[in-house]
Amino acid sequence: MSKLQALTNTVVNWVDDRFPVTASWKAHMSEYYAPKNFNFWYYFGSLALLVLVIQIVTGIFLTMNYKPDGSLIPGTNVSVAFNSVEYIMRDVAGGWIIRYMHSTGASMFFVVVYLHMFRGLVYGSYKQPRELIWIFGMLIFLCLMAEAFLGYLLPWGQMSFWGAQVIVNLFASIPVIGPDLSVWIRGDFVVSDATLNRFFALHVIAVPLVLLGLVVAHLVALHEVGSNNPDGVEIKKNKDPKTGIPLDGIPMHPYYTIKDIFGVAVFLVIFSYVVFFAPEMGGFFLEHPNFDPADPLKTPPHIAPVWYFTPYYAILRAIPSFLGTQVWGVIGMGAAVVIIAFLPWLDRSPVKSIRYRGKKFKTALVLFLISFIGLGILGAKAPTELRTILSQIFSVIYFGFFLAMPFYTKNDPGTEPVPARVTETNTSRQLAFLMYVGIAILGSFVFAKLV
Amino acid sequence: MKNKIARIIAACALLAPLTALAASGGVALDKVELRVANAESVQRGAKVFVNYCLSCHGASSMRYNRLTDLGLSEQQIKDNLMFATDKVGDPMRVAMQAKDGKAWFGATPPDLTLIARSRGADWLYTYLRSFYRDSSRPTGWNNAVFDKVGMPHVLWQLQGDLELRTVEGKAEAKGPVARSWETVEHVNGKDKITTHQLVLTKAGELTRLEDGKANMLDFDERMTDLTNYMVWMSEPAQVKRESIGYSVLLFLIFLLVPMTYILKREYWSDLH
Amino acid sequence: MTNQVDNSKRRFLTLATGAVGGVAVVGVATPFIASFFPSERAKAAGAPVEVDISKLEPGQKIDVEWRGKPVWVVNRTKEMVDSLAKIESKLTDPDSNGSDQPEYAKNKTRARADKANILVALGVCTHLGCSPTFRPDLAPADLGADWMGGFYCPCHGSKFDLAGRVYSGVPAPKNLDIPPYKYLNDAVLLVGEDK
Repeated sequence: MSKLQALTNTVVNWVDDRFPVTASWKAHMSEYYAPKNFNFWYYFGSLALLVLVIQIVTGIFLTMNYKPDGSLIPGTNVSVAFNSVEYIMRDVAGGWIIRYMHSTGASMFFVVVYLHMFRGLVYGSYKQPRELIWIFGMLIFLCLMAEAFLGYLLPWGQMSFWGAQVIVNLFASIPVIGPDLSVWIRGDFVVSDATLNRFFALHVIAVPLVLLGLVVAHLVALHEVGSNNPDGVEIKKNKDPKTGIPLDGIPMHPYYTIKDIFGVAVFLVIFSYVVFFAPEMGGFFLEHPNFDPADPLKTPPHIAPVWYFTPYYAILRAIPSFLGTQVWGVIGMGAAVVIIAFLPWLDRSPVKSIRYRGKKFKTALVLFLISFIGLGILGAKAPTELRTILSQIFSVIYFGFFLAMPFYTKNDPGTEPVPARVTETNTSRQLAFLMYVGIAILGSFVFAKLV
Repeated sequence: MKNKIARIIAACALLAPLTALAASGGVALDKVELRVANAESVQRGAKVFVNYCLSCHGASSMRYNRLTDLGLSEQQIKDNLMFATDKVGDPMRVAMQAKDGKAWFGATPPDLTLIARSRGADWLYTYLRSFYRDSSRPTGWNNAVFDKVGMPHVLWQLQGDLELRTVEGKAEAKGPVARSWETVEHVNGKDKITTHQLVLTKAGELTRLEDGKANMLDFDERMTDLTNYMVWMSEPAQVKRESIGYSVLLFLIFLLVPMTYILKREYWSDLH
Repeated sequence: MTNQVDNSKRRFLTLATGAVGGVAVVGVATPFIASFFPSERAKAAGAPVEVDISKLEPGQKIDVEWRGKPVWVVNRTKEMVDSLAKIESKLTDPDSNGSDQPEYAKNKTRARADKANILVALGVCTHLGCSPTFRPDLAPADLGADWMGGFYCPCHGSKFDLAGRVYSGVPAPKNLDIPPYKYLNDAVLLVGEDK
C-alpha cells in the first residue's frame, strides 16, 4: 500500500469514527440496490436534481445584481427592478448566460418534473409502499409552482405585474375573508413595491428552504423502500439467499450514477440549445409582453400564464361563476392539483405497471393525457366560445380520471400476468413508445392549429 | 441506445406545438430581413435611431460604448452618434421627462431598449412604414398598424406623404400604392373582404414617384436597417450568444455525450 | 457480474470522461466568475475624469473623485518644490523605487516633467487606506519644527512630503500612489488615462 493510500485511509477512518461517511456512501450509493431494468423514464429524477442545483446556483448569482425595487427611475417609466434585470443582461459580464440559465431552468424544471410525475403514473410508483414518496413529491410540485409564480413577478414587466394581479385577485373571490386576504398577500391595495419585496424574500429564501427539505425527505423515503421499476415488480421479494442482495438489483454506484451522467450530457444538449439559440422559446419561456416595464394603468391585450400553468388556468376559466361568486373556478384549479396527491388511495388495482394493466385503465390514461395536453394548449390561447366548451369537456375528463379511478381500476385484468422477475425492454416496446410519442406530438400540433 | 437519444429529443419536441401558438393576430405584418450580424446595416440603423428616435424616446439600458460591438471606435461614436451626452459610457437617455411626454403626446413615449423583444421585429418594420395623413388626429398623422397612435410621423421627410385608401372587396393595386393588405370580417355568415392601400401622394428623400408608381425600396431598406438596429439593441449579446452556442453544442454532442455513453456501456457490460 | 473486467481500459475511460467533464465545469464556471469583475456600469463610472486646473492657484489643492477614491491635485509653489530635496534623508523611499507610480512620475517631484509643479496623487494612505490631510503649513506645533509641508494621516500618524513620499519611522510602508494622468491642454488635466 502506498503512503498516499495509507494517509487517505487514516483520514477516512478518522472521519468515520465521528461522521458516517463510508456508511452513508454504502447505504445510498455503492450498496443501494436499484432494479436493473430502468428505462428512459428513469432519467428524470436525477435530472430534476440537476435543474434544482442549476436554479440555486444561478439564482444566488442573480441576487447579487438584481434589485427588488418597484420605484421608477426619475424621469422614466422604467422601474429599478426592471432595469436591474437589463443591467444583468448587458452590463454584468456573463450575466446574460446566468439569467438565461435561470429562465430556461425554470421551464425545464417543469418539463422534467412533469415527465417524472408521468413516469410515476404509468408505472404505479405511487402505490403501496411508496405513498409517502408520492406525497412528498406532490409537496415538492406545489413548492415548485409557488416558486415559479413568485419568481415570475421579479422582472417587474407587464406579464409579471398583471399575472400577479390576476392570481392574487383569485384569492379575493373566497367568500368573506377573500378581499382582506388578497390585500394581506399584496401588502397594498395594488400589486406594488411591498408585494415585490415580499415575493423576492419568499422566492430566494423561504420556498427554496422548504423545497430542499422536501427533496431530502423524498429521497430518504425512496431509499427506505427502494425504487419501483417499469414492471412494477418488488425486487426485494427475490433476494440471493446467501448475500441478501436482490437478484434483480444492481448497485446505484457505479451503474446508475454513470448512466445518469450520460442522461445529464444529453439533457445539457437540449438545455444549451435553448439557452443559446432560443431563450424566449417563441414567447413560451420568456413572454413577449414581459419585455415592457410594468404599467399599473395598462393591461396587456392577452394575459396568459407561462406554459406550465396553462392546464390549470384553462380549468379556472372553464368553470363559470354561479351562486353569485366566482370562487368555483379557483376551487377547481386548486383541486386539479391537490387531487393528484390522492392517487395512492384512488387506485384500487393490485397491479402497478401499465404493462400489465387492463384496457379500462389504459383507455382512461389516454383520455387523461389528451385532456391535460388539450387544457395546456387552450389555457395559452385567448378564450372563445368553442375553446371554453372544449376546456369544460377536458376538465370533466381530467377530474373523471381521478374520481372514477376507484371504480374502473377494481376489476380490470391485464392481458398478461405480472411476472415474478423484472424483464428487459425489447424492440417492440421501444417502437410502441416512439409511436405513442409521435402520435402525442402530431395530435398536439393538429389540435393547436384547429382550435 | 440510439433509440433512447431519439426518445429524449422526441419527448422534448412535445414542447414544439406550444411554440406554434405564439403567432398573434391583427394587421398583416410585412416580414423584415433580419441581419443583426451585419454590422454595417446595424450601424446605419443606429444612425437613424439617434437622429430620429432618441429625441423623444430613451434607450435607458443601452450604453453608447456598447456600439463598439459593431466595430465602431469610441471616438467614432462620440463624433457621429452622441448628441445628448459627452460620456461614452452613458446610456441613451432622453432629455425629455416622462411626464412632459405624457402632456405633449397623450402618452409617455416608451423606452425603446427592449421594444423589439416585446413587439417583434416584423411589427416594428411594418409600423415604421405605415404612417398616413389623417387630419382628424391632433398630430395630423395616424398609423395603420397602431390606430390613433400619439406619435407623429418623424420620418416623413424621408418617406413622403401617404394616404390610406380602403376599397370593398379585393382590389388591384392602382396608382402609387406603397403597401396594401386585406382584412376579412364575418358579416351575416359571409366573409366581407376589405382592401386597404397606403398611397404615396408626395415623394420624400428616400422615395420616388415614377410613372404613377411608388418606389419605396430605399426607404424600406433604411427601415430594415433601423429595425435591425433595434433588434440588436434589445439584446446586444445575441450575436456572441449564438457563436458561443455553436462551440458549446459541438463540445457536448461530439465529446461529452459520446464519452459518457462509451463509459456507461463499458460499465454496463458487466451485467450481460 | 462474473465477466472479466478490463480495469486499465475502464480507468482510462473514467479519467478521459472526467477530463472532458472538467472542461465542461470550467466552461460553466467562467460566466459566474466573470460576473464578479466590475460591470460596464462600474467601468463607465470609473472612466477617466477631466479636471480644469486653470484656476488652481499656487499652493492650492483640489480633490477629484476617480473610481470612488480621492485624487489630489496640488499646484506646488516654487518654494515647495525646492524644499523636496532638503528632506530626502528623512524619507523611506526618496527615489520611489518601491512605490507605485507611472514611469513618467518616477522622479524627485513625482510629477510629469512638463508640469513638475503639479502633483497628482491618490489621496489614500498606503498604510490602511485612510485619507491623509493636507498640511502645507511650515513647522506647526504638532508636527515639529522641521516640517516642510506635506500630508499627515490622522489615523496612525503617517507623514508624507509634498511629493507624497513617506517619512521613515511611520506605519505607512511606501509612498502615495500616483494614478495615470495626462494633460489634454494647458488648462485640462485627465486623471485615469495617460495614452
